[in-house]
Amino acid sequence: MSNTNGNGTIKGITPRIGFYICHCGHNIAAMVDVEKVQKFVASLPGVVVSRDYKYMCSDPGQELVQKDIKELKLNRIVVASCSPLLHEHTFRRAVEKAGLNPFFFHMVNIRENVSWVTDNREQATAKANALARAAIQRVFFHKSLETKKVPINPDVLIVGGGIAGIHAALTIANAGKHVYLVEREPTIGGHMAMFDKTFPTLDCAACILTPKMSSVKNHPNITLWTYSEVEKVEGFVGNYKVNIKRKPRYVIEELCVGCMDCIDACIYKEAKYPDEFNQGLSKRKPIYIPFPQATPQVVLFDPETCIDFKSHRCKKTCIEACDRKAIDLKQVPEYKEINVGTVILATGFKTYDAEKSPQYGYKKFPNVFTSLEIERIVNASGPTNGEVLTKEGNIPKSVGIIHCVGSRDEKAHKWCSRVCCMYSLKLAHLIKEHTGAEVYNFYIDMRTPGKGYEEFYDKLMNEGVHFVRGRVAEVTDWALIPEEEHKLTIRVEDTLIGVVRRIPVDMVVLAVGMEPREDAQDIRRMFNISCSTEGFFLERHPKLAPVSTFTDGIFIAGGCQGPRDIPDSVAQAGAAAAEALSLISAGSIELEPNTASIIESFCSGCKSCIPLCPYSAISFNEGTKKAVINEALCKGCGTCVAACPSGSIIQNLFEDEQIFSEIDGLLKFAGIELEEMEVVNA
Amino acid sequence: MRYLYYPGCSLKSTGKSYEESLLAVFKALKMDVVEINDWNCCGATAYMAVDETKAFAIAARNLALAEEQFNKEEEIHVIAPCSACYMVLLKTKMFLEQNLAEKGRIKNALKESGLNYEGKVKIRHPLDVLVNDIGVKEIAKAVTHPLKGVKVASYYGCQTVRPYSTFDDQREPHTMDDITAAIGAESVDWPLKTRCCGASLTGTIDRVGLPLSFMILKEASKRRADVVSTSCPLCQFNLECYQDNMNKQFRNDIHIGVVYFSQLMGLALGIDPKTLGMNRLFVPPENVYKIMKGGEKVYV
Repeated sequence: MSNTNGNGTIKGITPRIGFYICHCGHNIAAMVDVEKVQKFVASLPGVVVSRDYKYMCSDPGQELVQKDIKELKLNRIVVASCSPLLHEHTFRRAVEKAGLNPFFFHMVNIRENVSWVTDNREQATAKANALARAAIQRVFFHKSLETKKVPINPDVLIVGGGIAGIHAALTIANAGKHVYLVEREPTIGGHMAMFDKTFPTLDCAACILTPKMSSVKNHPNITLWTYSEVEKVEGFVGNYKVNIKRKPRYVIEELCVGCMDCIDACIYKEAKYPDEFNQGLSKRKPIYIPFPQATPQVVLFDPETCIDFKSHRCKKTCIEACDRKAIDLKQVPEYKEINVGTVILATGFKTYDAEKSPQYGYKKFPNVFTSLEIERIVNASGPTNGEVLTKEGNIPKSVGIIHCVGSRDEKAHKWCSRVCCMYSLKLAHLIKEHTGAEVYNFYIDMRTPGKGYEEFYDKLMNEGVHFVRGRVAEVTDWALIPEEEHKLTIRVEDTLIGVVRRIPVDMVVLAVGMEPREDAQDIRRMFNISCSTEGFFLERHPKLAPVSTFTDGIFIAGGCQGPRDIPDSVAQAGAAAAEALSLISAGSIELEPNTASIIESFCSGCKSCIPLCPYSAISFNEGTKKAVINEALCKGCGTCVAACPSGSIIQNLFEDEQIFSEIDGLLKFAGIELEEMEVVNA
Repeated sequence: MRYLYYPGCSLKSTGKSYEESLLAVFKALKMDVVEINDWNCCGATAYMAVDETKAFAIAARNLALAEEQFNKEEEIHVIAPCSACYMVLLKTKMFLEQNLAEKGRIKNALKESGLNYEGKVKIRHPLDVLVNDIGVKEIAKAVTHPLKGVKVASYYGCQTVRPYSTFDDQREPHTMDDITAAIGAESVDWPLKTRCCGASLTGTIDRVGLPLSFMILKEASKRRADVVSTSCPLCQFNLECYQDNMNKQFRNDIHIGVVYFSQLMGLALGIDPKTLGMNRLFVPPENVYKIMKGGEKVYV
């Protein structure tokens, strides 16, 4: 090929390449003939040394490279091993320690891309050869690059004020850093605030949650914005600019003390509208406070139901009742712009809509409840003051709890929601305690892995709760015998005795699973992170980076990442807080130098690159009439490089000659020669 | 849109009144429906169990005939009213889409008789066509004698929505209920819409088959249905013709009309009962006639 000038010298420098192929134990060596690849590469022009080694990432492996750099005066290094996601950084650091610019290093992935994805040793070896050759040709053209450091803004944004968001906020605030906690609902607390007791210790959810809620409210380092939503996010790790909309409550938050005189004074004497916090099982007025311990203790108006918003003809008795003059019916949304360095997303989950599984009769039979509804019903501050009653007002004599509603179901969600077995046990205990009813749990498998969880299951069995193993076929009012009349009959195959059973009960509880929120995809786009196929936010690595995302500086915690219980959510929130604090403590961050830049003399000023940039990194210099790329904002996605009609944008590590010689290396292996390389020759 | 019609064996024999009523309804709704020329048996469930390849080839012949007859159409819609035919033709189509090797063998077999199958055929259930192509609004517009006050228990049987649910909910089907509402009648809410009627067991091992049919009719009567509406010739046959046997075996006095949904539609569209084949019924739906005639009994 012409670009190596025949004698292997480019621009006056003779490349001296070291090539290292890793066995990765058996991971690579079992499928790729590493010795053959090593020998093949040794024969390529420019290669001074070619070696294979059992574990290149180990200290001796790295030392091997460093020794060769010094002794053999290597100026280019290629390592063929695993994914660059895992060890590119390791090898760059090793190369740098040996005195070579780290960007003269290139990595070839022959594990995820070769050995793990085939069972054909011959073809695997051939592909490894091809990829190795491509890398050797590419690395010829690598250049010395410098990484840039940018400072990190120490302020943190936390989205979502459930238990995960609350815990992360307090951890960071206690470390002396400032936190903006943004919650969509009028109060923080999330799902946990709705629960009565928590498993397996049966301690009261409110007793352990509300102190944390009020700490959030009173913490000098926390700015709490409830009833607010993030609208726009710009920037990059260390320097995010976030726009937040504060929805109008029609009550001035700073003046209201939560005395609720206005609620009493409302011209609606009776509460008339479904209460969201109680799952619609009780009613509220158009002016309300979600629940007694709501934080902040501030009332709000529901403009959908308040007469004054509809007709402007209300007597406004509420305003008269407020001696602090806190009510402002003309309030408009308030927009805030903040700068933060890191973000923790703790946006939570939603429960499965039981109506999507019509065989269980939710909304069809009045005495079929979801688990969240029962949580409210057994709660002393719930719609029935803690009394468990059927819709007819009777104490149920028998209650069936159906597990896995919407979970482990090909027709709904395939995943196990992890918490339902345990909360079903808890609800079984509470229902039995409140009513003395016979309680049946219908389960596929009992999943109780956790500290004290199996013991709790054991306790429930000793309490006399019935356990029937089998997925319930249907809940029906079709009575076959007199005992089933006026009851709900649960039809289930008891797989332990191999019989189809019909069990009549007074009340059915559906243990609904956890699923992503409806707008998880919008949040994902806004924060430029990924979702798994199920729609939960995707962590960077399932084991080793469980709260990080593929976007630096954005962390995830709690139910938005996948189904989890309170202890796990809190642990994750702590981890996310620690990750954020670790970035903040470092003070600055190194940016990858794979940024794009503009060759000014070529740029025609057509502006076609500007709207394409997803990071708004390109601007237009009106003086020179040329486009300008802000290197700090550029993430190196390459969109502008590909789109520039005059070829005047180049990207570090992805320059044309680097890419073309890499392609050439691959094609050569397949017996194809690229004769003319216009771009390279230009 | 033009439709091809695949009657299958039942609609030419025990289910004659299904064909009569359905074609009359299609005509009243000004639908262009042509019978497939020279169609053969779909193979039903029996042949599948004996020799799969031959069973698929036999069913595929009907699909190939449809393509030949409607060779100018982009998409060919074949209406298969019998549940078994519908399921078998749909299964054949899907099997051929997924198994290219078998498709090649079957195409070769069809070639021997000068036929070809490309895969342009869509298998449609009449409920699907009526609700999704014609629409309940159009049906309601065409109604001249609304069946006001008639309580209908819609019975879909097992094969219409299972194992495939191409046009309706598998667990809570509603298309027949939508039609019931469109013709002015009232749907009975009951949980036995798709429960097994006993199928061929009623004829072979009646101690297993009969109780299944009996439970369905008993629950329909208990929920005060005036009539059971079906979309399957075998269900209709089992539920209607064995009522005497059921009453004898279970010491009961079940007496309820079991008709095709198309017959009820036909009545509402003002078609005379004889054209709808209602004279062929063993248990005339007397309650329906009574309510329609304001309490007077009509004679068919």
